[in-house]
Amino acid sequence: MSDYSLEGQSPGGRRQDLKLIGKAYRRVDGPAKVTGQTVFADDYTAPRMVFMKLKRSHLPHARIVGIDVEKALAMSGVVGVLTGRDMPDTFGILPVSQDEHALCPDVVRFVGDPVVAVAALTEDEAEEAMRAIVVDYEPLPTIGSVQEALNTPEPRLHEYGDEGNVHKRITMEFGDVEAALKDADLILEDDFFYEGNTHLPMEQHATVAVPEPDGKVTLYSSTQTPHYLHKALTKVLGLKASHIRVIAAPNGGGFGGKSDPFNHEICAAKMALKLGRPVKITLTREEVFYCHRGRHPVQMHMKTGFTKDGRLVAQHLQTALDGGAYGSYGVASTYYTGALQTVTYKLPKYRFDSIRCFTNKPPCGPKRGHGTPQPRFGWEVQLDKAAHALGLDPAQLRLKNLVEPGEVTANWLKVGSIGLRKCIEAVVEGSGWNERYGKLPFGRGLGLACSSYLTGAGLPIYWNHMPHSGAQLKLDRSGGVALFCGETEIGQGSDTVIAACVAEVLGIGLDDIRLCVADTDLTPVDLGSYSSRVTIMAGNASIQAAERAKELIAEAVAQRLDVPKGRLVFADHRVFDAGDPETGMSWQEAVQCAESLHGTLGTTGSYTPPRSPGRYRGAGVGPSPAYSYSACVVEVEVDPDTGLMRVEHVWMAHDVGQCINAASVMGQIEGSIYMGLAEAVMEESAFKRLPKNRSAALVHKIPSMLDYKSPTFLDMPKMSSYVIEDPDPNGPFGAKEVGQGPLLPMPPAVANAVFDAVGVRVDQVPIHPHMILDALAAKAKGRPPRFGPGAFPAFDFGTPLKVPTPDEGGDGKATNPEEAGIRKDQGTMPETSNTGGPRR
Amino acid sequence: MMNDATQVIQTLKVNGEERRVMFPAHHTLLEVLREECGLTGTKHGCELGECGACTVLVDGAPVLSCLVLAADLEGADIQTVEGMAEGQTLHPLQESFAELGAAQCGYCTPGMLLTAKALLDECEQPTDEDVAEALAGNLCRCTGYAKIVEAVQWAAAKVRGDEDGAPADEAVFGKEIRS
Amino acid sequence: MMRLPSFRLLSPRSMDDVTVALADDPASTRLVAGGTDLLPNMKRRHQSAKTLVSLRRVEALRGIQGDGSSEVRIGAGTTLAEICRSDVVKSAYPGLHEAVSSIASPLLRNMGTLGGNLCLDTRCSYYNQTEEWREAIGYCMKECGDVCWVAPGSSRCWATSSTDAAPLLVALGARVKLDSVRGSRVIPLEDLYADDGIAYLTKERDEILTEVLLPSSDKTKTTYLKLRRRGSIDFPVLGVGVALVQDDAGGVEDVSILLGAVRSQPTRAKAAEDRLRGGALDDDAIAEAAQLARKPAAPLENTDFLARWRGAMVEKFVARALTSLRGR
Repeated sequence: MSDYSLEGQSPGGRRQDLKLIGKAYRRVDGPAKVTGQTVFADDYTAPRMVFMKLKRSHLPHARIVGIDVEKALAMSGVVGVLTGRDMPDTFGILPVSQDEHALCPDVVRFVGDPVVAVAALTEDEAEEAMRAIVVDYEPLPTIGSVQEALNTPEPRLHEYGDEGNVHKRITMEFGDVEAALKDADLILEDDFFYEGNTHLPMEQHATVAVPEPDGKVTLYSSTQTPHYLHKALTKVLGLKASHIRVIAAPNGGGFGGKSDPFNHEICAAKMALKLGRPVKITLTREEVFYCHRGRHPVQMHMKTGFTKDGRLVAQHLQTALDGGAYGSYGVASTYYTGALQTVTYKLPKYRFDSIRCFTNKPPCGPKRGHGTPQPRFGWEVQLDKAAHALGLDPAQLRLKNLVEPGEVTANWLKVGSIGLRKCIEAVVEGSGWNERYGKLPFGRGLGLACSSYLTGAGLPIYWNHMPHSGAQLKLDRSGGVALFCGETEIGQGSDTVIAACVAEVLGIGLDDIRLCVADTDLTPVDLGSYSSRVTIMAGNASIQAAERAKELIAEAVAQRLDVPKGRLVFADHRVFDAGDPETGMSWQEAVQCAESLHGTLGTTGSYTPPRSPGRYRGAGVGPSPAYSYSACVVEVEVDPDTGLMRVEHVWMAHDVGQCINAASVMGQIEGSIYMGLAEAVMEESAFKRLPKNRSAALVHKIPSMLDYKSPTFLDMPKMSSYVIEDPDPNGPFGAKEVGQGPLLPMPPAVANAVFDAVGVRVDQVPIHPHMILDALAAKAKGRPPRFGPGAFPAFDFGTPLKVPTPDEGGDGKATNPEEAGIRKDQGTMPETSNTGGPRR
Repeated sequence: MMNDATQVIQTLKVNGEERRVMFPAHHTLLEVLREECGLTGTKHGCELGECGACTVLVDGAPVLSCLVLAADLEGADIQTVEGMAEGQTLHPLQESFAELGAAQCGYCTPGMLLTAKALLDECEQPTDEDVAEALAGNLCRCTGYAKIVEAVQWAAAKVRGDEDGAPADEAVFGKEIRS
Repeated sequence: MMRLPSFRLLSPRSMDDVTVALADDPASTRLVAGGTDLLPNMKRRHQSAKTLVSLRRVEALRGIQGDGSSEVRIGAGTTLAEICRSDVVKSAYPGLHEAVSSIASPLLRNMGTLGGNLCLDTRCSYYNQTEEWREAIGYCMKECGDVCWVAPGSSRCWATSSTDAAPLLVALGARVKLDSVRGSRVIPLEDLYADDGIAYLTKERDEILTEVLLPSSDKTKTTYLKLRRRGSIDFPVLGVGVALVQDDAGGVEDVSILLGAVRSQPTRAKAAEDRLRGGALDDDAIAEAAQLARKPAAPLENTDFLARWRGAMVEKFVARALTSLRGR
């Protein structure tokens, strides 16, 4: 370790029983990343490798009439092409939305939908060949928004889905909301809009597929979910699962954008098998925008009742998601726009209606916070409005309504530890909220918002009873420990987390551990780096494997030293008697003892989340082993003359349960502040139509890193972060998530700060300067001082699924599944056959 | 020398080592480094000069290798991330980036490191604003930039011989909570 | 990875070699200096060339001569970073320093040149897109198509002049030297531009911009304000360059106000200048001039931010630029 090392540094007040956990230390992948040695997917190369390009649709919706690849095939260097006919089976991340083809066989559904794959000796040649491919289309009508989807039930983008171009419809009610609202002293009804945006990982997706002589194939890919990619490949390629190996390369950023199995990955594998030689494809930045799976644009209508002293009475939330052209995670996203509304503040009665529509745009999916930043924005802005209407302080209003630890919410989510009170208190104190809020000069303002997020989803994407994460340890006489785990490093520091868990238990150093991760042949399954699940699930699995190894070693050492097993301590590369620390042996000797006693040493660990109490259709989305909490205060400077705004300072407190690596926790908090700020003031996935009489084009307006505005160093505010540790019994050493939660309160806190600064509401994000000016102009004319969306789209949600709340003595089940149109044969995420296509 | 051709054979001086390489005249330095020299430490995020991931030093100045024609660089001194460490000894910037987690996914890191190196080569004691200004053309999606600024400052202190340049506990563990 | 199409590359060392190479086949030859404009455009396939003439080795194009008390000459191949570092520019032409140091990002300023920025291709969100994207909209009149999608009824292209250096340099009264095998000529920089997104430069295809000549800075105060989304990287969505000469009593002896990114060329706010010239630079005059400056601006929906808001900002930014100069 260098002389600048932070190792061993630990602030006061933290758990003293832990040697490594909770301190700040160098990540295990740090040195490789600063020397250029980390091998990302595009850095792989193999002998005889060829390069692949995809010919993508230039029309937003069309039937494929003809494909001419003759000219391309005759070009120099070209070695092969694939079309939709080569891969007729569908795939998709969710069993209920197997609606994608590796290459479109008959219909293209957005500009960028791939139609032909072509491979050549060089990427230059592949690109020229791609341009020489001619596809004839018959254009079809296009849908550009939720409203257009509702207006245009035919033709349908897909032959499955709840009705017309409505992919998914949800309506459920926990207690009688309308009856409860009759007793409310204040009812607020608001419409909000959250524009779509995208992950923009710095690394463009890349895949290298390497065929093996025995007919197997190995993929190196920038994927967050090697396990699910493996599943999709198995289905589309028609190979035995054991003949396909997926290795997730370290991701150059993911944020949810590399969580789906993608066309290019499947095409690369197919092309490699067809040609019998390695195939590489690296997407251009524009193609990354077309892969998308980013934040859904969501319109919301939120009706909430309050008592005059600020207690919540009931809420009716409606959301409408613009899903883009395919299902992706969309069904889950749809549920997520309602599921976590209850885990921060006690909401006694709650109704949630939602639709997700298909549109001719790149598919939306999971981006950091998956489906929850949108309703969180509306919720926290509406609470701010309620505080003003009731004459209460926004921080106090929230503190009054906090969920209790261990509580089961109206929609049957079981909350564990909740450090939200401490979070609010920290940012209130740090920002000088009590002294400054509402008292700053015109143009300067403070805004507060809170949030909560999952620490891993309670259910797997494919219903099964197997572990969500597994770890395996191999120890031998060298003293080295090899840790095998399917988890995927996407930059969040998960490699370090699992290594640290093992090192802590065994009392050894991070440098004693060799990691082998994210390899579907060599490592136990981990479902992937999504929903903030890796620390809790792979962490717990690693701890279990380490505890089992410790047990084997302790048994051997206890025999050798003649010391009771329970008195042995594993620390500082030694195993010794707690009562007499001199009596002991080195770690390496201890392993040798164990290997002598037991033979070859290997242990496993696995993790499955606890069962959640909800038993109704839809109860599968929202449960988590633990919930993280965040609170933030934002200070803005708004120029009322121009509408230009600058976020000057952000105070963010996050309840992470327990830090595993304090330096990484800070990095995640700061990165979340950054991305939340970006969504609040800049980033949007905007689309453009041309004049209808001249063109049917429907294109991504800004598919580049110049025009999609990702903040620079100079756009960042001062950040003050507070780490709150309220350990959760389900977390490894008490740890909860930190990768996504702190993003969530940023957009509403910014909107609330704008209100404090200039007295107008902008009920949508991103907040552009003209919105502030328009709202100020409206105020000056005596109209409502607001800029925001119009009315929620008219839609008949039908009879809600009624689920009595725990307070009402419910049992977690719905009382009217038949009336609400729930078919008995379907769960939220039912197990479906691996070969089933879209529901028809 | 005039390269009057679509193919070029040329000597490139990379990290102090001269290499004779052949490449098409339209290939950028980025392509030649990654594909002809095997130096994949230099990354790419857009290839249009919009993200900064492909930054390398040419004669000491940070430039975007995706927009530099390699055929134009005969005689130039090119430095990539692979040339920053001396043997196994990391450059102070590499040390501080690794130590603080200023590299999360690590994809923007080589470009950040080289831009920061050019700054430290010119400026012994930059302010945080100097660092932000110098690095403003390098995008990062993971860190929110804070750890990068802290890492550059720590490295600058180390280069100056200031042993007390480590960031405050607050930067690493969060602000103290008094309530 | 996005790659360039193939071409022949020439790397001459002398200006004579450059002009000869350019004269050989002007229609399919392009000059490349920093490469920061041309190369992305070629990668996206909306500019093309059979031959590229690299200016990197032409020493004669580089350097800054003069101290501001008389004419200053800046070689067109001088990098933007070199101009930012120049003490002469900082002290004698602070507005030029502001303008040039606001261009793109530090990395791009290390590469890009003054000549390149002045000749920057006009920009439009329907044009600065890949081949595939432009195919999706059926192309536009600036390249391959026949419609200007920003103004479909228009017979001209409305791509936006996006240079930061030009508004300020025109305001300063800079001149430029154009060389070709046919000889040299010096013209006012203002005359280099035309209000057409396609034919935005008046120079001949075989001419190369070699020098920028700045008049003595004596008594002239300059400033440049730039509006853009982010603190770095972005092109201007509005630039305001002002050069002001005041008499001893603080009255306006002469003033030039140039707007960038509001039309296809740097745009003079003539009515605003006329309102100020010969009068006092008081709040009323500034407010009225700022209002008058809005008229010649024609921001359209082809870049970041709403056009109507950008239009409204012309007035605010002109007023701010004038007010800040008054205080200097």
